[in-house]
Amino acid sequence: MLTILFDGIAYGMLLFVLACGLAVTLGLMNFINLAHGAFAMAGGYCTVILVNRWGVPFFAALPMAFLLSALLGLLLERTLYVHVYRKSHLDQVLFTIGLVFMSVAAVDYVVGSGQVFVRLPDWLQGQFNVFGIGVGRYRLLIIIVCGLLTLVLQLVLSRTRFGSRLRAAVDDTRVARGLGIRVDAVFAVTFAVGSGLAGLGGALGTEIVGLDPAFPLKFMIYFLIVVTVGGTTSITGPFLASLLLGIGDVAGKYYLPTLGAFVIYTIMIVVLIVRPQGLFSRGSVR
Amino acid sequence: MNPPTPDRKFTGRFGRRAHWHPLEMLFWIAAFAAYYLLPGKHLILTEIAILALFALSLDLVLGYAGIVSLGHAAFFGFGAYVAGLLAKHQIVSEPLLALVLAGLAAMLLGFVTSFLVLRGSDLTRIMVTLGVALVLREIANRYAWLTGGADGLQGVNIEPLLGLFRFDMFGRTAHAYTLLVLFVLFLLARRIVNSPFGLSLQAIKGNPLRAAAVGVAVNSRLVAVYSIAAFYAGIAGALLTQTTAFASLDVFSFERSADLLLVLIIGGTGYLYGGLIGAIVFKLMQDYLSALTPQYWPFWIGLVLVVIVLVGRDRFNAWTVPLHKLAARLDWRAGRSGRLASEEH
Repeated sequence: MLTILFDGIAYGMLLFVLACGLAVTLGLMNFINLAHGAFAMAGGYCTVILVNRWGVPFFAALPMAFLLSALLGLLLERTLYVHVYRKSHLDQVLFTIGLVFMSVAAVDYVVGSGQVFVRLPDWLQGQFNVFGIGVGRYRLLIIIVCGLLTLVLQLVLSRTRFGSRLRAAVDDTRVARGLGIRVDAVFAVTFAVGSGLAGLGGALGTEIVGLDPAFPLKFMIYFLIVVTVGGTTSITGPFLASLLLGIGDVAGKYYLPTLGAFVIYTIMIVVLIVRPQGLFSRGSVR
Repeated sequence: MNPPTPDRKFTGRFGRRAHWHPLEMLFWIAAFAAYYLLPGKHLILTEIAILALFALSLDLVLGYAGIVSLGHAAFFGFGAYVAGLLAKHQIVSEPLLALVLAGLAAMLLGFVTSFLVLRGSDLTRIMVTLGVALVLREIANRYAWLTGGADGLQGVNIEPLLGLFRFDMFGRTAHAYTLLVLFVLFLLARRIVNSPFGLSLQAIKGNPLRAAAVGVAVNSRLVAVYSIAAFYAGIAGALLTQTTAFASLDVFSFERSADLLLVLIIGGTGYLYGGLIGAIVFKLMQDYLSALTPQYWPFWIGLVLVVIVLVGRDRFNAWTVPLHKLAARLDWRAGRSGRLASEEH
C-alpha cells in the first residue's frame, strides 16, 4: 500500500519535471506545444547512448542530457517556433504534430524501433526496507532529484530578478514589454530551460517508463493532462496535478488493472468540463 | 431605380455559391470515369473515397464551425466497430442498412459528446476530443470478448449489397459503393452548408459572441453540426469495415486524427472540396512515400505539416488562385448574375 504510494510519488515527480516546461510555454505564450515530449526523448536517448555505448558515468550523463535538450530547444525556438507564436492554435497544433512525427521517424531511423534501457550503476538497483515499506533505490533518487529541482524552480521563479521578469511577462506581455523587459529573450531562455528539464526527465525516466521512438506520442497526453488539470498560472498547480496523476496512475494500474488508463482519461475529461481553467488555477481570464 | 432590398442582394450573393459550377461537374465526372478508366486501381480509389468522406466530416466541424478537433477518429472508429459487429453477429446483414445504422450510432455518440466541446478554449477542446478518442480506444481494447481487443474484429462476413452485388476480391463493388455513398453524402453536405443553417455556422466561426448577439442560437447549432459530422465520420468508418471486412484498434488511433488534419489542410478548409482534393493528394503521397521508405514515411508527412505552417496556410493554398480565376471565366452563370447586378444599379 505505502509502496504504491511511494512509487506513485516518484512517478508524479518525474511527470512534473517532464511537464513543467510545457506549463510555462502554455501559460506564458499561450502556445500549444505538442512536441514537448520530443525534447524529453532527446534527453533520454542522449543518456542511453552516452552511458551504454561510451561508458560515461550515469551522473555525468544527466547534466549532458539537460544541456543537449536545452540547446536543441533553444535552436528550434529561435529558428522555427518564433514564426509560429502569433499564428492560430490550429497552426500551432499542426506544426508541433509535424515535429512529433519527424522526431519519431528520425529516432526510429537512427537508433531503431526497439525499446532501450539505460545501464544503471549497481548501487542504484534493488530496494531496501524502511519500516516494512519497500523503497526502490532508484525511485528514491528520483524523488530527491526532482524534489530539489522543484524547490530550485520555485525559488528561481519567486526570488530572482529573472523570475519576476518571467512572471511579469506571464501576467501581461504588453506591459512587461513596455517596461523594458525583453520578453523574447526571457521566453527563449525559459523555453530552453523547459526543454532541458524535459530532457533531464526523459533521462531519469528511461528506467521507469521505458524509452522507444513512440515516446513523444505516448506521453503527450500525460503532459497535457498535467498542464490542463494543474492550470498554467502557477508552478504549484502542475506540481500537485502531476503528483495526483502519478499516484492515481500507479494505484489504478495496481488495483483496477482491467480499467487501466481509462480512469485517467475520464477524470481528465470531467475536470476539463467542470473547471476549464484547471483545478488549482486562480481562475484568471486569458 | 430602387436600391435592391437586402434580401435580394443576399440571395443573389449567397445563392450563386449554391449553383453547380462547371468545374464541380468536371470533378465528379472524373471521379466516376476513374471507375472505368483505372480498372487496376480500385483498392486505392476506395481508400481515397473513404478518406475523402472522413475529411468532409472534419471540414464541417473545423472549416465551417471552427472547432479544432484532435480526436475525430472517435466517430470513425465507433462507426467501424458498429458496422463490424452488426455484420459479424448477423444482426443486420444487409450492408447499406447496416451502414446507415452505424452512421446513426456515431451520430448519437457525437450528440452526447458535443456538449463537452461547447465550453472552453481551443486547448480544452483539443484535450477533450483527444480524450474521448482515447477512452473509446481503451474500451475497445479492454472488452476483448466483444471487440477482439488488440487482435481486431475478425470473422466479419459482409453479405452482398442489397442482396445483389457481392463484394469481389478486385474491389469493384466496394469502389462503386463507396463512391456513390460519398457522392450522395457530398450532395447532402453541399445542401447543408449553403442553407441558412450553414451560413449561421460560418457566423459562429467568425465570432461566436456577435453571432449570439444577432440571434443565432450558438450552442444548439454547434451541437447539430457536431452530430452531423459524427454521422459522416461514422459512415466513413463503417465503409472501411465493410470494404475490408476487418476492424482494428487502429481506427481510433491518434495518428488517424492527425493525418486527417493534414488531409484537410492540404486541400484547404471551408469549401467542401478541400477534403476531397486533400484525400487524393494525401493518399497518392502516402502511396509514393511508403513505397520509397516503408518505415519512415511519417517523417515526410511531418515535414509537410511543418513546411505548410511555416509557409502559411493562406499562401500555401494560393495554388488554387489560378484555378479560381479559371473557374470564374468558365462559369457562365456568374457572369450573367454579375451583369444583372450592374443593371440594377
